[in-house]
Amino acid sequence: MSESRLIVPARYDRIKQICTFVVEAAEIAKLDESAVFHCQIAVDEACTNIIEHGYEGEDKGQIEVVCQTDSGALKIELRDQARPFDASTLPEPKLNLAIDETAVGGLGVYFMKKMMDEVSFSHRDGTNSLVMVKRHS
Amino acid sequence: MDISTQEVKRVSVMTVKGRVDSATAPDLENALKQLVETEKTQIVLDLKDVEYMSSAGLRAMVSTLKAVKRINGDLRLCSPSPRVAEVLRLAGLTSIFNIYPNQSDAVGSF
Repeated sequence: MSESRLIVPARYDRIKQICTFVVEAAEIAKLDESAVFHCQIAVDEACTNIIEHGYEGEDKGQIEVVCQTDSGALKIELRDQARPFDASTLPEPKLNLAIDETAVGGLGVYFMKKMMDEVSFSHRDGTNSLVMVKRHS
Repeated sequence: MDISTQEVKRVSVMTVKGRVDSATAPDLENALKQLVETEKTQIVLDLKDVEYMSSAGLRAMVSTLKAVKRINGDLRLCSPSPRVAEVLRLAGLTSIFNIYPNQSDAVGSF
């Protein structure tokens, strides 16, 4: 098993750096191109939520990313010290509606759950932890 | 991300290149908003060179589509890569946007 770690300021312009970091770990885990893309989207959406809804703005804290590769799977953990976030309270987005009824936004957690094999949120001692796992298809 | 716009047969064709994510989507939304504010309401967004798009990009497109539909215009998409097409499909947006395989078909549809 290999582990890598990255800590960056919680800013939108750092999300690309986080995605690049996760792509490198996904390639070490030998995930295919589609799975690597799914990991990028999931991490991008998660970080966007941390900045937008957790810290409620840029430069309010940090995001720590820990990637573990193990026997054909990639485990990504995102940690932050923003306000606690309970994704289980979010309603599923309503899709395929007419444009007047289509919401602008609300897809982040939905994308994470659709694109990853496991997604779990927890909060302990002031730190939020989001763990996402992607396995070989 | 790079954005360029040209007029083709009274249609505004906006070509986007690169990565559309939370950092760059506001620039895309502003560029689209400027078109709508100058009464350019027949818009084609060429996605051929968009290598990556998160839900932030979708948000910019949906909000523009709502705005142009209110004034009898339309925002039509063309040439999404397989990855962008997957994101559009997953978000349930393939039934909301008119999507064409190439730019000339999208322009000709107006």
